[in-house]
Amino acid sequence: MKFAKITAAALAATLAMPVLAQETKVIGVSIPAATHGWAGGMNFHAQQAVDRLEKVYPELDFVLATASDPAKQVNDIEDMLATRNISALVVLPFESEPLTSPVKAVADSGAWVTVVDRGLAIPGIEDLYVAGDNPGFGKVSGEYMASAMPDGGDIVVFRGIPTTIDNERVEGFQSAIDGSGINILAMEHGNWNRDDSFTVMQDFLSKYDKIDAVWASDDDMAIGVLAAIEQSGRDDIKFVLGGAGMKEMVAKVRDGDPMIPADVTYPPSMIATAIEMTAVGMTSTAPVSGTFTIGSVLITQENAADFYYEDSPF
Amino acid sequence: MTATETQSSRASTGVNLKVLGPILALVVLVVVGAALNGNFLSAANITNVLSRSAFIGIIAVGMTFVITAGGLDLSVGSMAAFIAGLMILVMNAMLPAMGPGWPLVFVGMLTAMVAGTLAGFVNGFLITTMRIEAFIVTLGTMGIYRSLVTWLADGGTLSLDFGMRSVIRPIYFDGILGISWPIIVFALVAIIGELVMRRAAFGRHAAAVGSNDQVARYSSVNVNRVRMLTYVFLGILVGVATIMYVPRLGSASPSTGVLWELEAIAAVIIGGTMLKGGFGRVWGTVIGVLILSLIDNILNLTDGVSPYLNGAIQGVIIILAVILQRDKKAES
Repeated sequence: MKFAKITAAALAATLAMPVLAQETKVIGVSIPAATHGWAGGMNFHAQQAVDRLEKVYPELDFVLATASDPAKQVNDIEDMLATRNISALVVLPFESEPLTSPVKAVADSGAWVTVVDRGLAIPGIEDLYVAGDNPGFGKVSGEYMASAMPDGGDIVVFRGIPTTIDNERVEGFQSAIDGSGINILAMEHGNWNRDDSFTVMQDFLSKYDKIDAVWASDDDMAIGVLAAIEQSGRDDIKFVLGGAGMKEMVAKVRDGDPMIPADVTYPPSMIATAIEMTAVGMTSTAPVSGTFTIGSVLITQENAADFYYEDSPF
Repeated sequence: MTATETQSSRASTGVNLKVLGPILALVVLVVVGAALNGNFLSAANITNVLSRSAFIGIIAVGMTFVITAGGLDLSVGSMAAFIAGLMILVMNAMLPAMGPGWPLVFVGMLTAMVAGTLAGFVNGFLITTMRIEAFIVTLGTMGIYRSLVTWLADGGTLSLDFGMRSVIRPIYFDGILGISWPIIVFALVAIIGELVMRRAAFGRHAAAVGSNDQVARYSSVNVNRVRMLTYVFLGILVGVATIMYVPRLGSASPSTGVLWELEAIAAVIIGGTMLKGGFGRVWGTVIGVLILSLIDNILNLTDGVSPYLNGAIQGVIIILAVILQRDKKAES
């Protein structure tokens, strides 16, 4: 009995082996854990893409790992290389510097590497780079502000966590409003966080008697800003421009909320784009290497419905 | 400097400074704030600062007892985030059955209080009965609660139903006689805390346990019971702080309450409580909390300092406040 089983198993393995060895490729996906709204949305879209592609391509296997810090992400990638024999890696680096050499090791092993959003410290390691457009995000935001305030006015600006991403956005914004008559009263870091932004906005409202508009630069921060404005009972602030495309804010734009007339995308679903393109690269002869930049789009009442994802947590 | 000189200088200035240090620091901050910005002393600004201090403040009063009894709790920030998430989930779940209204708010409050009590009990049980170091236990529960809230929120944000939000909103934004509820609750908690610390047997027992638990045991103090109660009280106060927090933005996310534990511990130490236990001062903790929030407020009200340096300025002031009140015991 036992012998028969083993024989059968061995026979099955022998028959299946050549097929498996030729066909099945493993794609590793390593992303930061869902510790804030945008990352939560990114995790959602990564999972959705993996689930869908496993059905579409039976010859592909996916390993999805989420890390809460750069060190954990390095461990994840090393494990994927050592134990899962990955043919491709899709990675959204937690931080550029610490992830550069582990990802380079993956590339040196001959595997395909797709880097998403945050780049690596050394150029040329990745085969495919998929990213949002941070200067463009600032530019689109600034152009909207300039068009919404044709006579100029006084605004306050909320910045994110001090990073190069934040700097690029703010520089893009500043050059876009240059010469429009819009005057930035103050800039402060709200750290992409509702609580911090609520506090900072309360203080801005104490400090300035008249504020025409707010560039909150992020939807989480916009929520904190709105709560502070509502509490103060002030009516001098005409609108708040957030960013990223959180579904609650997209719903406000869609429903014509006068305080939230527009939003600017920085889609967390870019991870899905990266995974899809990598899968195409693994299974077809279509060339996918290079750089793929996902533009930031202005969401207004007209197109808001296209950017509303009911099931996403973000 | 000779020993006698040191002694005399201590006797003349040291003792006073130890008590007056935090008050002086607070007064200096208020004067600086008023000089830098005309709106600093406006009613709206003062209300804002006091209301937002209430979360950390209420927690820090509980933390004063834990530290006085020789313990530590690193889990309070994550615990607050988890309780806030739980409170929102329970209220959203009960909404179809109960409808938006005050009964549902009370269900939410009860959830927060029960969850806080249980969370405090778990910490206390592991520390006293299982005899695990407080630092390790609460470091562990800190990670557990933070993961749980991320999981509950599916990585995004837990939001209270919109209709319910307008019902619950007054808990943070309204009050009586122009004084908002968080300020009133913070004041009550602080007054009760101060009375318990000074007048009640529990306060003396906590100090005795923190000073020397062997001696306390021989003096027939139930050391485990006192330690356990400090953690349970802290858990309950985290529940109270959460009840104040949820109405503000009606949401909880994995970034809620990050570093609250360190702010609470810093406030306790600035206020003159000894980190190694044995002596606690609740009114000092209140001043410590106010100092921390005022620094933030003043930095937001002024230009000239790069916002990148906010953390450094806070750090300098925290260290200065502690130097001002250093005593012989701490030096030796």
